[in-house]
Amino acid sequence: MEAELTMGPVLFNWEPDIWRDFYLQVADEAPVSTVYLGEAVCSKRAPLFDKHLEEVVTRLEAVGKDVVFSSLAEVTSAVDRRLVKKVAGSEAVDIEVNDISALWHLGGRTHVIGPFVNVHNEESLDAFAENGAHHICLQPEMPKEGIRALAGHALKRNVTLEVQIFGRVPLALSARCYHARAHGKTRDSCQFICERDPDGMVLRTLDDTPFLTINGIQTMSYTRLNLAGELEELTAMGIARFRLSPQSTGTVKASTIFRDVLDKKLSAEEATEQLRSCGPDVPFSNGFYHHRPGVEWRTPGVR
Amino acid sequence: MTALPPPELVCPAGTPAGLRTAVDAGADTVYCGFQGPTNARNFPGLNFTPKQMAQAVIYAHERDAKVLAAINSFPTAGRTHIWKQAIDDAVECGIDAIIIADIGMARYLAARHPDQRVHLSVQAGASSAEAIRFWCDRFDIKRVVLPRILTVAEIRKVHDEIPCEIEAFVFGNIGMMAEGRCSLTNYVTGSSTNLDGVCSPANHVHYHEDDQGNLTSRLCDVTIDRYAQGENAGYPTICKGRYNVPHKEHYYAFEEPVSLNLTHLLPDLMRAGVTALKIEGRQRSRAYVRAVVSAFRAAVDDYAAGRTPDVSHLLALTEGQRETQGAFRSKTWR
Amino acid sequence: MMTEHDSAPLSDTPRQSLRSNKAAPAFPVPLPLFVLQPLLRHIVTTVAGRHPDLFERLGDSQKKKFLIDARGLPLVLVLQPDGDAPQLHAHNRHCVPPCDVRIAGSFPTLLRMIDGQTDSDALFFSRDLSISGDTEASVALRNAIDDLDTTLAEDVVACFGPLAGPVRAVLDYVSGTGRQRQ
Repeated sequence: MEAELTMGPVLFNWEPDIWRDFYLQVADEAPVSTVYLGEAVCSKRAPLFDKHLEEVVTRLEAVGKDVVFSSLAEVTSAVDRRLVKKVAGSEAVDIEVNDISALWHLGGRTHVIGPFVNVHNEESLDAFAENGAHHICLQPEMPKEGIRALAGHALKRNVTLEVQIFGRVPLALSARCYHARAHGKTRDSCQFICERDPDGMVLRTLDDTPFLTINGIQTMSYTRLNLAGELEELTAMGIARFRLSPQSTGTVKASTIFRDVLDKKLSAEEATEQLRSCGPDVPFSNGFYHHRPGVEWRTPGVR
Repeated sequence: MTALPPPELVCPAGTPAGLRTAVDAGADTVYCGFQGPTNARNFPGLNFTPKQMAQAVIYAHERDAKVLAAINSFPTAGRTHIWKQAIDDAVECGIDAIIIADIGMARYLAARHPDQRVHLSVQAGASSAEAIRFWCDRFDIKRVVLPRILTVAEIRKVHDEIPCEIEAFVFGNIGMMAEGRCSLTNYVTGSSTNLDGVCSPANHVHYHEDDQGNLTSRLCDVTIDRYAQGENAGYPTICKGRYNVPHKEHYYAFEEPVSLNLTHLLPDLMRAGVTALKIEGRQRSRAYVRAVVSAFRAAVDDYAAGRTPDVSHLLALTEGQRETQGAFRSKTWR
Repeated sequence: MMTEHDSAPLSDTPRQSLRSNKAAPAFPVPLPLFVLQPLLRHIVTTVAGRHPDLFERLGDSQKKKFLIDARGLPLVLVLQPDGDAPQLHAHNRHCVPPCDVRIAGSFPTLLRMIDGQTDSDALFFSRDLSISGDTEASVALRNAIDDLDTTLAEDVVACFGPLAGPVRAVLDYVSGTGRQRQ
């Protein structure tokens, strides 16, 4: 099976027109086979880009890309629940399940399990496969030993696996909006303040060291995941798809760089050098993969 | 005030002595875990061997109390046998229910021990009626421990839409992040909350008090917070620290060091259909267990008898010596 | 009365940096600590003998050295809760040996803690208790002691044999809480 790249859902709150333009550029220029669309983080944001959804889906499908709708990762309120019901009811496209509530709506219909759902072992993979999962995007916390073991098991269950290789790492979700909190507001009265930070708001420690990134109810890494150097090993394990998580700039270029690495046209070192200019100028990390603190970058001498 | 049916009081125990203390102080049910990574309180010196668990079950059952085993972390591929062994051990000693979060372990329980009563851990993050229904339909879950993010009004609606019992936290540490899906500790320390059962593990926590009495807490090399002399401190977890953002400095970005205390909402929770009230704190001492369990025993009995209890003395045991009703009172908490 | 500043220097790096005055002579100040030593040895061996489970709970932390610093006292205690050879020594606070953990608080605070009357997390939140050095070892010790069926204070009192009653009365007076045990 030839390894493919995918474009994960935009996790940040982008202006609707920018959101549309990004996906139109993905349709035209990004060497990705699958594009995940939809709001995974905050149900309040979903209506903002709804008006562009049909156009984007049409354009992506017209150029032969598979479109998958991503469901919300944390589901509590009535608004959250309505959004999940709506997304899960979209029968024309595949659904990425990011919370168990979507599974209930899908009722056994075939689907993708997203990276916000816990699949850490063989029995969990079996349970989801028995329930209709045909593809699973693993959590970024998963170390390579776990990925390898699950890849072998997934093959037996006719399930394919996906791993995020680029972009900020999702670390936590909350019911509370930390963007709103930082601006003295609550989630209900947030005035979409998160729109100001298309790559999230950097949180610094009291020593003024950049540490995390706030994205509404989500907390992400300050560093950016870069698994260019691990692609070959992941491919050898049988991982079918590699996910890029969109940033405000350079994501499409990053996809061409990773494609070149997969096609052996570019070394991991050259790719990493080129990837520096793709997106926010922050350090890379790959610690989780190496069973180390996620913040670490395991290529000696490069940071 | 009208009398309400008394709910089940579910209390923490980190050690066999803690369990006996909880039972003696009036717990209807005590929850605890085995030593090692199989539960979400894998702390040094804490938890039970299988033999101690069996003895604990006997002690509790002789006094009409129940024991629940929390086996609620997520096994990583290749080491599920540790979790399966824990499940088998718990079943063997006649545990009243097993609290799980991992769907694979739910599947194992359903196949291997179909008669064992199973509860869904807060670590499973089932925060909507649909998610809970999925678990009940597939794995015959008898009770769900709700995440601490729903208002009482939302809990009431969930109750009306699900086929299982509800257990709700009423006191203790308030986790800010969606349970079972927080990788913050692993990002800094390389040990995982979800997979190893540790949150800010002690071997990576360092305290430093300077000559002026200012206390700095660090997790590895990350400064979590700095307390002035005499200022109340909190747990050294990432979600309780103070940070800077471009337009704001030195603020609690996620939550202040406060504890959940829902004593005043107990009647509302009972009316909302909550079967069991859960006290957090398996990592706390027997003194805490004795004080909190006794107070809640009295409060629950008072409410059930139509009296208004006095629970003012619980404040001293709370983190930062401050308390909150968290998400439960209104949506403005979010 | 000694102040905060008189106590051994605090640091977040273990053992070496808790060595306050390593060049200092053994007993430079006229404190007759050697008088205490047989009693301390008796206490630590009695407690260890009564509670073998304690050491399983402590795990590797039983090899660690705990500096117990009751602020206001001229002496500090160093505990090594080793199952094979438990040690408890009094030291003049001006010549403290290298330790892994330092647990400091007022004498009544520490007393209430080992008497199971109060929760150490709560004491830490209120800053009545301070911990530095090996946090893991301090947590293990706390949890191990908390699993004792008697309290550590009761065990210590029992070591005084016929004097147990008066000693208990003194401890209760010092801890300021009276006799509140179950």
